Amino acid sequence: MSRRTPLARALGAGSAKDGTGHWWAQRVSAVALVPLVLWLALSLASLAVGGADYLSAIDWVRVPMNAVLLLLVISAVFYHSHLGVQVVIEDYVHGAFMKVAALILQKLIHLALAVAGIFAVLRIALGD
Amino acid sequence: MAANQRPLSPHLQVYRPQITSVLSIFHRITGVILAFGAVMLVLWLVALANGPEGYTLLVEVLASPIGLLVLAGWTYAMFYHLCNGIRHLFWDAGVGFELSQAKTSGWIVVAASITLTVLVWAGALLGGGA
Repeated sequence: MSRRTPLARALGAGSAKDGTGHWWAQRVSAVALVPLVLWLALSLASLAVGGADYLSAIDWVRVPMNAVLLLLVISAVFYHSHLGVQVVIEDYVHGAFMKVAALILQKLIHLALAVAGIFAVLRIALGD
Repeated sequence: MAANQRPLSPHLQVYRPQITSVLSIFHRITGVILAFGAVMLVLWLVALANGPEGYTLLVEVLASPIGLLVLAGWTYAMFYHLCNGIRHLFWDAGVGFELSQAKTSGWIVVAASITLTVLVWAGALLGGGA
């Protein structure tokens, strides 16, 4: 007989109080990244074929479809990355203070980089 | 604290490296590499948004032998993490858990990630760029 309360069973959140949220978010962003990363790799490779000079790179980002896909790549990459780096820190950084500090820091760095990347894409795509 | 002095389990060094365990830790290592690679992507976009001078300098650095080596390593880490990530997604769906299947899919990941890296770089280099 289970000793869990009906409420605990219904919420299914387990002892971490987080349930499968982290695991599921990692999977959903992974699935999104499969086509996005393939697109990015092929796009950057074909840009490199042309020498990746300034004007052709600008023209490439200014194509609306490319700008939208870049924004999606940046969002998905940094979201997925922050989930992964979180687990690495949880596994290897010991000591309550260091662990919490590292977890907070990595989250803020990921957010800052994502915002910087998104802002750069918007500047190029919407600038004159 | 006596509890903190206890050895951590498992003692990884007593195990013979196997394709399954090596690929598993390599997935994590490439993931961390890609986290840094994402910084490079943002750096590239910010430089591009800031104008031709800084951008041209960055591209010159990336086109140097060391830069190309880093880019090649980044490409391989990306394709490895992508292929092995798909392998993980199959496991998440409950497919391929037999040891023989896990070994086969592991070698497929190794072969596919090397092939994709070589194809992309052959395309970029033979196309006249980089």
